[in-house]
Amino acid sequence: MMDRKPDDMSDDDFVRLAQQFIEAMPHALALQMKVESLGDGRSVISMPWAEHLVGDPRTGVIHGGVVSALMDTSCGAAVMAHGIRPRSTATIDLRIDYMRAATPRQRITARAECYHMTRSVAFVRAVALDEDSDNPVASATGAFTVER
Amino acid sequence: MNRNEPLDQIKQRRDSALKALMAAVPYMNWLNIQFDRRGDELTAVLPFDRKLIGNQMLPAIHGGVTAAFLEMTAIIELSWTALWEDLESGRIAPDVAVPDSLPRLPKTIDFTVDYLRSGLPRDAYARARVVRSGRRYASVHVEAWQDNRTKLMAQATGHFLMRQN
Repeated sequence: MMDRKPDDMSDDDFVRLAQQFIEAMPHALALQMKVESLGDGRSVISMPWAEHLVGDPRTGVIHGGVVSALMDTSCGAAVMAHGIRPRSTATIDLRIDYMRAATPRQRITARAECYHMTRSVAFVRAVALDEDSDNPVASATGAFTVER
Repeated sequence: MNRNEPLDQIKQRRDSALKALMAAVPYMNWLNIQFDRRGDELTAVLPFDRKLIGNQMLPAIHGGVTAAFLEMTAIIELSWTALWEDLESGRIAPDVAVPDSLPRLPKTIDFTVDYLRSGLPRDAYARARVVRSGRRYASVHVEAWQDNRTKLMAQATGHFLMRQN
């Protein structure tokens, strides 16, 4: 997913570079993803609601697949933001639980946390939120490869 | 079943029902997902496009796109299977031009994707199988591949809540 951080790079520079890298992914650009914060095995990435991303026009609710894309990106970013500084990562598996419909026209924010790291696997969990941040829209758990 | 029903009428009924299901999802049109129908068997096609890329270095299709593609395939297959009897017997006739005739799609409860190979910058295909479909809940398995049917790019299992239409 990402190239190695040169060893002499500061944490701030690394975070800035990672942020640019994530936001430059064509699909992240297409969904207008924005990296809100990154570091210490955590990431927060948000994206706006858009008409063409709707799953059901009768309700205007965004499609679950869009939430998947946001959570997958956020989870991968959390792995890259881990202190061991992986060279790259890829999703092994990702499970998403859809708890409720996201409110139309609100931004969606994914918060991911890499909660365990082994030599070659990272375990990650995430939640997706709209403006009612006390009631998650969806949650995710996944395993990711780690290239050191 | 009416053995003597004209063939073009049968095809027209099935294709327009399929089109109606797909028209119900703007996001599917944005991803440009198509369905190839052979009798009742559906194959979803995701034509490659630059906006689907996650990793530009490889390049590879974004994992979220793969998940969305698999989920769409599962939902359409599940609705299609649930709809088939009513469609063939003429009890329903979904039509894009008549919004109320469109069935409500099942709701995803959970969806688990196994990423088996990175998605190449070319077309992807997927087929879903309804493993169990009860009155309220359904379990669906779906597989996606690119060049070779036996070399899966990803597979997924999802649980869905059926809508009472």
